Amino acid sequence: MAGVAAEPGFLMTTLEKGVNWARTQSMWPASFGLACCAIEMMGTGAAHNDLARFGMEVFRASPRQADLMIVAGRVSQKMAPVLRQVYDQMAEPKWVLSMGACASSGGMFNNYALVQGVDQVVPVDMYVPGCPPGPQSLIHGILSLQQLIMDGEIRNSTGVV
Amino acid sequence: MTDTTDTESAPVEELESDQDPSAPEMSVADQRRATHDMWVSGTEDTYPFAAATDEGAQEMLPQADDPGASMQAGIAVDDDYTSEVLVDPDERQIINMGPQHPSTHGVLRLHLELEGETVRRVKPIIGYLHTGMEKTAETLTYAQGGTNVTRMDYLAPFHNELAYSLTVEQLLGLEVPARASAIRVLMTELNRVASHLLWAATQGMDIGALSMMIYGWREREICLDFFEKTTGLRMNHNYIRPGGVAADLPDGWQDDVTNLIAVVSAGIGEYEELLNENPIFLDRTMGVGVITPQECKEYGVTGPMARASGVDWDLRKAAPYCGIDQYDFDVPLGRHGDVHDRYTVRMEEMRQSLHIAGQIVETIPSGDYRAEDRKVTPPPRKRIDESMEALIHHFKLFTEGINVPEGTAYQSVEGPRGELGCLIVSKGGTRPWRMHWRAPSFAAVQALPVMMTDSLLADVVASLASADPVLGDVDR
Repeated sequence: MAGVAAEPGFLMTTLEKGVNWARTQSMWPASFGLACCAIEMMGTGAAHNDLARFGMEVFRASPRQADLMIVAGRVSQKMAPVLRQVYDQMAEPKWVLSMGACASSGGMFNNYALVQGVDQVVPVDMYVPGCPPGPQSLIHGILSLQQLIMDGEIRNSTGVV
Repeated sequence: MTDTTDTESAPVEELESDQDPSAPEMSVADQRRATHDMWVSGTEDTYPFAAATDEGAQEMLPQADDPGASMQAGIAVDDDYTSEVLVDPDERQIINMGPQHPSTHGVLRLHLELEGETVRRVKPIIGYLHTGMEKTAETLTYAQGGTNVTRMDYLAPFHNELAYSLTVEQLLGLEVPARASAIRVLMTELNRVASHLLWAATQGMDIGALSMMIYGWREREICLDFFEKTTGLRMNHNYIRPGGVAADLPDGWQDDVTNLIAVVSAGIGEYEELLNENPIFLDRTMGVGVITPQECKEYGVTGPMARASGVDWDLRKAAPYCGIDQYDFDVPLGRHGDVHDRYTVRMEEMRQSLHIAGQIVETIPSGDYRAEDRKVTPPPRKRIDESMEALIHHFKLFTEGINVPEGTAYQSVEGPRGELGCLIVSKGGTRPWRMHWRAPSFAAVQALPVMMTDSLLADVVASLASADPVLGDVDR
């Protein structure tokens, strides 16, 4: 299989498109709310902005059923190990979206308490700027991530097909 | 079956005949309270546990004689293989809830010690959102501080900004114009509505009324649209600043607020239609998570939680700020201190806040939206081109900051969750020497064991949601 993926033929590229399309249209986020951004994340899923339009309204309480972890809010030093554990519990394929300034870089809180960017703990696929990002920003980030998956190969995070 | 219907209907008739015909009609909730024995924690001796419902009960015995009741209450454990009732302290199990849990409203963690389905001990563990904001405040100037404090209780950003600004103004000895005060009251009261709407949405969702989640957000978005139009941001506005507010209200704000009041009032009516007579909602909320007025005072619980227990304490009446005492509003009180009374109190508080907003639309004074003090508020942009003085003031204000004299000040406001207070110790200069916050959610989380101990596991979520803690407020 690894050889096929290195030089994809007609069959694999067509299959890849199909699989990627299926993955993008049914990406279930884990409800991993931390702070202010979580409120905007919930707002994105609620009536006005309706995340269901992009096949993502099913926020899963269990990480084992989720494909996407939206890190919504500031990650404290005490929370970081929990965050990593939640990430490890998610099944492949999985993606991480870092929502807001605090999750992406520590934001305005450059102090003893906060992890200065969640990418120190888990690999991040997409950063969404803002403090907090509005629902439109989050939807744009999600659509960009979907495009990334659509253009990518069928691989998991370890690079093995 | 026929027996139970007879016994159930009899007290209702008696009640109706006793009632004064001029008295207002009893709500479904009150009728239930009058006709059903409510089991609440601490009243095990008065009411057998099974008295809350007659479903499945063959006959009612005093609790001492009824093995079924003690088994349901978790005092006794039923074992199919032994004939005698077994009471075993080793049957307790400890489960962990959170910090990643959809119903903990953030990153709260609870240790629950269970005996069967009954919770015997609760231990809240906090600190998963500790952001070091009080320490960060010592490195920020007073002008920058608003950006920091607005992110503490992220559901009540205006209240945070207001408490902070009032404390700084107290240190400065600064009076703000009447229009600024009115704008502050308008924004904080609308913020209370937005916060309570979010509470209604999540409380409904947590106990299974999933439609409430959609409805609550629907109305909250209208509030957020107005905030965005006024401040430029949906949350974390930094709009109320020492010396006044950042900008005047936008053109056509009267229409926006009037429309908001109409839409949200209609929405509240819809929620009440949905929930007030809903038997599942009543069963899940009445007699659940009870806290007495005495316990509220002991734990420092304030706000709607204390008022639902009957503590008549609202800082808008007891220690008015920003001239809020000139507006006409009532402070709703509950009697039972359970989840259902917190629901009714918050619903009424939303109406009262909208009532205040309606009065401000009609009575707002004209004038400046910030104090005319060039050492505190920046000059208008146009003046900078004309006047060297104005340019210097602008430069000093944004490079050095506001100079605040030495002293200690404390000011609290009535936030959506209770008394939200800010303490600032200044040793002179442009940065606080120490800042500390009195967070209402912290007291509410502290009182969770009181509400949850000896209740059922399923009621833990209902009690937690009704306390409405915001972990950003608890941990800061």
